[in-house]
Amino acid sequence: MAWLWQWHNAGLSWLPFLGMVIGAIVVLLIGLGVVTYEIYFERKVLGWMQGRIGPNRVGPLGLFQSFADILKLLIKEDVVPEKADRSLFLLAPVIAFIPSFMVLAVIPFSRTHVFTANLSIGALYYLALSAITIHGVMLGGWASNNKYALIGGMRSAAQMLSYEIPLGLSLVGVVLMAGSLNLNDIVSAQRTWWFVIPQILGFLVFLVAATAELNRTPFDLPEAESELVAGYHVEYTGFRFAFFMLTEYLYLFAMAGLAATLFLGGWLGPWLPGWLWFAIKVAAFIFFQFWLRATMPRLRVDQLMSFSWKVLLPVALLNLVITAVVKAWV
Amino acid sequence: MRTMALLDEANQVRTEEMLLNVGPQHPSTHGVFRLLVKISGETILDADPVIGYLHRGTEKLAEDLQYTQIIPYTDRLDYLAAMLNNYAFCHAVEEALDIQVPERAEYLRVILMEMQRIASHLLFIGTYLLDLGAMSPFLYVFQERERIVQLFNEISGARLTYNFMRIGGVKYDAPPGWLDKVRAFVPFMREKIKMYDSLITGNEIFLDRTRGVGVYDAETALAYGMSGINLRSTGFDWDLRRKKPYSIYDRFDFAVPLGQHGDCFDRYYLHLLEMGESLKIVEQALEQIPDTGPVLGKVPRLIRIPAGEYYSGIEGARGELGFFIVSDGKDKPYRLKIRKPSFVNLQLLPRLLRGQNMANLIAILGAVDIVLGEVDA
Repeated sequence: MAWLWQWHNAGLSWLPFLGMVIGAIVVLLIGLGVVTYEIYFERKVLGWMQGRIGPNRVGPLGLFQSFADILKLLIKEDVVPEKADRSLFLLAPVIAFIPSFMVLAVIPFSRTHVFTANLSIGALYYLALSAITIHGVMLGGWASNNKYALIGGMRSAAQMLSYEIPLGLSLVGVVLMAGSLNLNDIVSAQRTWWFVIPQILGFLVFLVAATAELNRTPFDLPEAESELVAGYHVEYTGFRFAFFMLTEYLYLFAMAGLAATLFLGGWLGPWLPGWLWFAIKVAAFIFFQFWLRATMPRLRVDQLMSFSWKVLLPVALLNLVITAVVKAWV
Repeated sequence: MRTMALLDEANQVRTEEMLLNVGPQHPSTHGVFRLLVKISGETILDADPVIGYLHRGTEKLAEDLQYTQIIPYTDRLDYLAAMLNNYAFCHAVEEALDIQVPERAEYLRVILMEMQRIASHLLFIGTYLLDLGAMSPFLYVFQERERIVQLFNEISGARLTYNFMRIGGVKYDAPPGWLDKVRAFVPFMREKIKMYDSLITGNEIFLDRTRGVGVYDAETALAYGMSGINLRSTGFDWDLRRKKPYSIYDRFDFAVPLGQHGDCFDRYYLHLLEMGESLKIVEQALEQIPDTGPVLGKVPRLIRIPAGEYYSGIEGARGELGFFIVSDGKDKPYRLKIRKPSFVNLQLLPRLLRGQNMANLIAILGAVDIVLGEVDA
């Protein structure tokens, strides 16, 4: 507790600290709530697109389905494979999960930063933290001591690393236009027009790279069910498995928030309150991801790599150069 | 593969081969099929198929059964095309005994067989796309297949294992109105084939994954005894319905679609085209079928095949499906050997897989289109 005391002495009084803690808890609850209904939404959307009904048994319209699933996962036996590297195996889901929740801190949900942090390097913070998750995924795959998990983990690492670069570069275009890394400033800079219009190239790169970062179809190779059974988390059961799933869906939410903030004007919009506009944009992005899943087959691993390095990266660089030149000229 | 090995030598990195056990419980082996794959990185060095997990000794069991009693066992071979199996066996016995089958029964059989072929091909398309990571087609194809299965249910009383064909005809006549329902199904299915064509065939990712993958030429295919779409995808024109017309296939006008490249895409596309051709046959059969008449010919009460060896093959959904009967003159076969197209087609797999990427394994295995019930018998 010494560090707390030091903070206190350094001028941070108890009240703002309490505020931070409450803020963090509220964001966590928002995140968990969003994830719960993301899964429900995904299953419903997939069901409709595939001529099925989707979950409709638990609660009205199946609204409590996700809770039932979580409960089931909670009461499952927690199996650690005998030959697994025990400590790493237990640690991996935590390493994967924590950053996925931390990135939510900088996403501006509304005009005022009530619960979230207003960092001056928000965009960078997001990229840096989301990169930590890769370690969790890789460790999980490695520590399971399972061949499928290993291949899945390695694929994930390779994929996330190669798509992080075009993702970062597509972000730089926006940062150049806004002249700030602060996500709130970026939103404010979109008052005249959303960046999706001048940055259409960057937006497309972002969309593809984000899908790959999220390991979603058509880039869902790490968990390619038909080849790798489930990918890096084959050996995980119960709540540890839930942690990986939670990570995935939290990132989906966070990435949707980032997309809305960077390209779709965040909480900006007429008539409706800011947070509602934000929610609508996030939902649209998430829906797009589900739509892709219902439509696309999966890429092959070598095609995936060459696509990132030979197509996305040059396009992202081109976008960056154009943005810089226009910015210098105008 | 070459470049990878060079890189490893240059960097003095020690690489290790890994033995990966794909199956017997694996989502994309379509049943209980085990494949021992030796991989280096994600490159397949060798593959060794292990079969027999679904072995039920059908051929041996048949030796203790009278000829009519064998029919339900054939249902369980290729369980996705039970009508074709039924027919192949009954046809073999009919050939051996020179039994005349009534006209109406022949037409009913052809309608059922071609519908069965469509159902089987539909499922191939669904599962193949599922293997490649697209989830929806699998659920879509079941809707069309359901209509076929419902029609089969109405005529035979079963949805999967029909046990409907008899030596000398079929078990029941079509119930009233059944043929009209089939008539209505044809244009419906045409539309659906168009839909699948537009949804799947043009998909860039699908093309990337299947074009130029798992290529072999006609010579190899013949050397391995392949048949059906696996052979026709190489451009070799061989369809038993055309080359050795059995039943009444010589009365129908239909094309035999051929591939050009012998790759996975051709194999997929031929399935799609063949569904259209099957619909053509069904349509013509519906026009020509006599309105009334018996559906079961004159067959001796106890079927005894004169001593000797008899073989008859038909064009099954997956290739040449043949029954070889050795009889010693009794009412049970001395030996029954089934030429199972899935089993024969599977032989080429290890050779196709060598040097391929792990992800191609699924694309290639899926396109060979095996049904484990048939492989293991």
